Amino acid sequence: MTRTEIRDQLKAFICTELIRNPRFVIADDEPLISGGLIDSFSLAHIGVFIETAFGVYIPDNDLTVESMDTLNQMVDRIQQG
Amino acid sequence: MLRTRYATLCDVLADQARDDPQRRTIILINEDGARQIITVGELHREATAVAYTLAAVGIQPQELVLLLTHYSRGLLAAFLGVMYRGAIPSIVSYFSARLDSEVSALRVRDLVADSGARAVITAPELVPRLTELLIDLRCQVLNSEEFIADAGSTLAPAAPQSADAIAFIQFSSGTTGRQKGVPMTHGLVLEFIDTLCRVYPIRTNDVMVSWLPLYHDMGLITALLLPLLMEIPAVLMSPFYWVREPVALLRAIHEFNGTLSWMPNFAFNHCVRNIRERDVAGLDLSRWRAIINAAEPVRDHAMAAFWHRFAPYGLARSALKTAYGMAEAVLAVTITQTDDPPRVDWVRLAELQTQRRAVPASAGESGATSLVSNGTPLPSVTLAIVDESGATLADRHVGEITLRCTHLFNGYYRRPDLSAAVLQNGRFHTGDIGYLADGELFVCGRKKDLIIVGGTNIHPEDIETIADGVAGVQPGRSVAFGVMDDRLGTERIVLACELRPELAAEEPQRIDRELRRLVLQHLEVTLSDVRFVERGWVLKTSSGKITRSANRDKYLHTIAATEPT
Repeated sequence: MTRTEIRDQLKAFICTELIRNPRFVIADDEPLISGGLIDSFSLAHIGVFIETAFGVYIPDNDLTVESMDTLNQMVDRIQQG
Repeated sequence: MLRTRYATLCDVLADQARDDPQRRTIILINEDGARQIITVGELHREATAVAYTLAAVGIQPQELVLLLTHYSRGLLAAFLGVMYRGAIPSIVSYFSARLDSEVSALRVRDLVADSGARAVITAPELVPRLTELLIDLRCQVLNSEEFIADAGSTLAPAAPQSADAIAFIQFSSGTTGRQKGVPMTHGLVLEFIDTLCRVYPIRTNDVMVSWLPLYHDMGLITALLLPLLMEIPAVLMSPFYWVREPVALLRAIHEFNGTLSWMPNFAFNHCVRNIRERDVAGLDLSRWRAIINAAEPVRDHAMAAFWHRFAPYGLARSALKTAYGMAEAVLAVTITQTDDPPRVDWVRLAELQTQRRAVPASAGESGATSLVSNGTPLPSVTLAIVDESGATLADRHVGEITLRCTHLFNGYYRRPDLSAAVLQNGRFHTGDIGYLADGELFVCGRKKDLIIVGGTNIHPEDIETIADGVAGVQPGRSVAFGVMDDRLGTERIVLACELRPELAAEEPQRIDRELRRLVLQHLEVTLSDVRFVERGWVLKTSSGKITRSANRDKYLHTIAATEPT
């Protein structure tokens, strides 16, 4: 899967499931949690989604606000496998 | 039993430290997963060092000291140490990684100005900025890590007090002027714990496991004080850690033979939705004998899903219990008192809403809704459901929940106006709406427009005030309310705003972001849905007041009804 495909799937999940507005436009480097767009409970939920959608298991202790605040950070982490 | 032996919480700990100093009282799981074992003797010594330091810097008995620091050993020692000095500790929500520390620091300044606190004990990195901010308020800033280094002292507590002295204060969330402090005396806390433990006897092999924050009554009482007083170990972890790693709670139950936990409804959903199967494999949850759901509306769905998910790991159905209460009555006034699962009451929705009566219906019947019992009153409590005139209502009639109890507070800290509104002839008016059926309490909602998110109370007016200050939003034309979300197991916050006319096309998205950012920074909650509605959408009463329940109904019937959930 390409970086763009991963990003678009993640973005769709975040806008639809977490922000609850499919029309919401988020930038790749926009802080999502510290910007108040999604809450910190959502990080654990994103972890579950990433494993289901991309088959990558991210241990809970890597799911921090510091390391997973933006789409770019999440895509980087998924690509590391 | 506790009551007759002790006057204050300090006496209990001092006694234990003398009789059995090696007893492991707290196992603290740090954010990196490392464990710290703290004995009664150590905790007593560290608290004593805090008490002596406070005396040395001139803090007097019954002066208020705020505690603003990480979830840590130092926080536990500081809390007890302030009490040992005879002063009044109040734990304040510590800045999370999501928050702008300057905004948080200014909020602390507001709280100090409002409350008259004489000292703040805080983490070293916050000392310089807070010192600057608080200097003109005559409030000292003390480094939480300096006490521990100095913990060699073994002197007895400095200031023994009477049972009527204030032991601690819990401040509710809210912006300036809206934070209410609930003071609790030593005697009331001892009375409550004694009563609870007579209904719910503690066994010698019990182990409390908790991720709850200590600035909230449920965490402070159930995670720290109850285990300490009842001499059972407590396994504690920071809420930030648990939010990120929900399986940590189950691992701790397994590893330390945990038997007891208290947590709000959303926590059951968080565990069900966000713990991965591979992480639970091999865990044994069979010793978990009581998981008490309290502090926000209890949902049958959340508890049933939790049990189904974890029954294969030994979780007993009888472990799931509910309670209802408030900080004003120390913690709880009702609790499940049998080994059966909490009763689920099916009632007809139409009669509930229009006639305020809970008319029984069959399970799953169309037009029916279900409520979970919050248990029966503790022996120390008398409940009455009253109508607007204050008259007591019969069973299955819906009204305000009021109560008398032997562990009721005497009034809010320095707020006689607020106290008079809720305490009438010794009867506490909870502001919650519910009914009694066969001695069990069912909570249906709230008289006030409070929003409860994950056990934290949010005042909608705080959100609306923030919205009014954002350029582009039509002042006085915003409304905030909570909507129950059964996937999350808690309420989500909706903010509907009317915008000023003739805004540039890109403005709404900027305003949306600005609103979400400001609400997070000031109130530590995330807005779930920001809606820009057309002019005239927001409903007001004839006297021009925002009616949040009418706006919520309008949102549910118009906007939410047309969207997939």
